[in-house]
This record gives sequence, structure tokens and C-alpha cells, in this order.
Amino acid sequence: MEKTADILIIGAGPVGLFTVFEAGLLKMTCHLVDSLAEPGGQLTEIYPKKPIYDIPGYPTVLAGELVDKLMEQIAPFKPTFTLGERAELLEKVGDKMYKVTTSKGTELFAPVVAIAGGLGSFEPRKPPIPNIVEFEDKGVDYIIKDPEKFRGKKVLIAGGGDSALDWSILLADIASELTLIHRRTSFRGALDSVDKVMELAQEGKINLITNAQATKLHGNGQVDGISVIVDNEGEKIVPIDNFIPLFGLSPKLGPIGDWGLEIENNAIIVDTKDYSTNIDGVYAIGDVNTYEGKLKLILCGFHEGTIMVQSAFKYIYPDQKLSFKYTTVAGVNGF
Amino acid sequence: MSVENDNIITLTVIDREDKPHLLQAPTDMAMNLMEVCKSYELPVEGTCGGMALCASCHVYVESDHDLPEPSEDEENMLDQAFFVQENSRLGCQIKMTDEKEGLVVHLAPVGE
Repeated sequence: MEKTADILIIGAGPVGLFTVFEAGLLKMTCHLVDSLAEPGGQLTEIYPKKPIYDIPGYPTVLAGELVDKLMEQIAPFKPTFTLGERAELLEKVGDKMYKVTTSKGTELFAPVVAIAGGLGSFEPRKPPIPNIVEFEDKGVDYIIKDPEKFRGKKVLIAGGGDSALDWSILLADIASELTLIHRRTSFRGALDSVDKVMELAQEGKINLITNAQATKLHGNGQVDGISVIVDNEGEKIVPIDNFIPLFGLSPKLGPIGDWGLEIENNAIIVDTKDYSTNIDGVYAIGDVNTYEGKLKLILCGFHEGTIMVQSAFKYIYPDQKLSFKYTTVAGVNGF
Repeated sequence: MSVENDNIITLTVIDREDKPHLLQAPTDMAMNLMEVCKSYELPVEGTCGGMALCASCHVYVESDHDLPEPSEDEENMLDQAFFVQENSRLGCQIKMTDEKEGLVVHLAPVGE
């Protein structure tokens, strides 16, 4: 059982990232885990191109740019990452040692765990089709990992965004039949993709059904059809082998909710003295925590991470006198 | 003379258990319906902070107010929402202005 880092940060959003800097000033190493494949959390996943106006010193900064700057700022402290894996389990495995196990079975060890999980991990939005859960992995996929899986199959994609359009174009050549359904007639997404889909629909390579929604899956242990309701036309059953709903991602608190932490309204209750939770050595910072007067702002999360690492240092090294450092004196000295 | 009622409108928000809530909202703070719901601690997530990027403030407009047409961004986001109806809107795109006096909205169900 080798220590992965001094602090294991769950969530690589802006608050998790900046905490690496503050920990680094105290010579503590950090490892970050995130269910998304890229660092940045919501900023990368939901609004990379949107300006943020309340970061001190930046009258305006694009969310994606802020993430890039944070990555640059923490680089001297050589953070390590486990990306694309969701933190599933938290176990105490020794005196001042926790083990976090990810969705892919990766085991990470650290004396301190800082949960900077934002609103949770991003999961595909599941359409409200009552029996969809029983067909998951039996013809229903929310994420396309290997397009070859759909070769020669009858596939129905639902959604109107870029991913629905792009996958429809790609799978039109692979699937034996490709149907795309969408709740209205116009599509968002890149104009090129929209044009291409329309072209393929005219050529008969994509069966396009608009003003429509899927309501029920059919099959005996494996999907073999889907009910589609079309405005003013009523319901029809489309025979399919695979259903791929692509409605984007939304955050869910997920497994963190089962770690024995005190939770209120989907957020972890912390002591504002140091943002510690009810579990020794486990902290919660940023949007994932709650306390009297809490504001879900990036800037407040930066503060919380800064205060938190002071407490984490004292927890890990109770006998060492902490020397708080001003970066103005000696700059930033990496590892 | 009632100074405190200036720039205040009253709205009704019906929650997902069909319980109506009477809310008062200022019209001079550039607020939107999502923010007003959150300040009254109604169960509206507002994940993206009001940028029409998450659909977590999806509501049905039940009064016959003549609201500005949804923008393309709002329509695009409604594509990712579920239980979308003719009267679906994103709360974050409904600005608190005098014309919204008496507005009635119902919070849409939250998908999985």
C-alpha cells in the first residue's frame, strides 16, 4: 500500500485544481480523480466558451481559458491524475490512510481526501422511458465506445445536438439501418453536420423522424423495437437492435452520497473552520459542500481549498510547525 | 405612498408536489426566474448559473403571459430536457420585468 499522494482530490474542476497550488506551497503532493476525461469539471464540460466575470483580476475570462491557466499555475507542483474514472468507494485502510477505488478498479491511497466534486459526476441523461433500465447493455447504450459494435445492426439514435448528428453520420455507413429521431424539426449543432444529415436523409441512408419522441422499448431480454410517438401522426413501433439516446450529460452526486458523510440537500456539511467533514481527514470544498452562508462561486471554492490545506498539513504532520508562505517573498518553488 | 412595493412583482411557482408558492421578485436587479426560485429555496438546481446550458430550471408557463419567444440557445437546451411541452421554458431565460406580474409557472419534473 503505497501512498499515491498527500492529498487525494476527488474532482478536477477549478477548485480541485487550485487546491493543488495551495497544497504545493506547503510541499504536499496531490492526485486528482475525475469521471470526465479532461480536467476542468463543469467549466470544460458545460460552458468552455462562456465568459466568467467574477474571478478577481480578470474582468472577463472564458471558462476554458481559466482551466488552462489553472493547469499552468499548478504545473510546478506536478499533480497526477486519474481521469475518466469515477471515485466509487472510500475506505479507511490504516492510521491516517484512506483508499479510494474508482469505477475502473484503480486503487488510490492518501492520508487526506479532499472532495471537490462540484455537483457530482457527469452522467448521461437518461430519457424518461419507463423500462429503459432493464435494457441497459441489452441494446441500450448512452455512450458509444466502439462504433463497430453497431455494424449491420438496426440502430435508432435520439437527440438533436452535435453528438446525435455526428454519430448518425458515422453510423449511417456502419449500421444496416440508421434512424434519427428528434423532438422538433430544426437541429442545433454545427451547420455542416446538419446539412450532412439532411443530405443522408434525402439519399435514404438516414431515416429521419422529426417532431417525435421515443416512449417505450420492446423486446424479450434484448431490445427488438421501440415505440415512437410522432406529432399529429400517433404512435408507431420501429424495429431496432440498438437504441442510443444522446441527451448530453448532467451531474449526479452519485457514490459520494454513500460514504457516511453528513449530507444536506445533496451537499456535504462542513465546518467552516477548515472545511472538514464529519469524517477525520476528509474535507469537502467548492460546490459540493454546504454551510451557513454558502455561496456556490468559484472564488469561494478557491478560498475554501486554501484554508483546507492548512488543516490537512497539521493533520498529516502534527509535530511539524507549519510555516505559512507568502508567494510574494520567494515566488513559487515547484517540486 | 408605498415605496417598498415599487419595482416588485408577484409570481406563483407551483412545485413538483403541485403546491403553489407566492413569490415576490424585484424588477430592478436584472434577476431571472431561476434565481428567484433559488432565493426562495425552491427545488431548482440552476446548474449552469443561468446560461441556458443545463435545462435544470425547466418550467411550464401556465398563465397566458405573452413572453418573448425562446432564443435558439434556449430551444437547443430544451432539446436535452425531457417532458418538454408547448409551454416549456427555461426559468433562467425569463427576466423579472413588470410585464411578468402575476406569472404562473409549474416546475417541470426532473428526469433521471
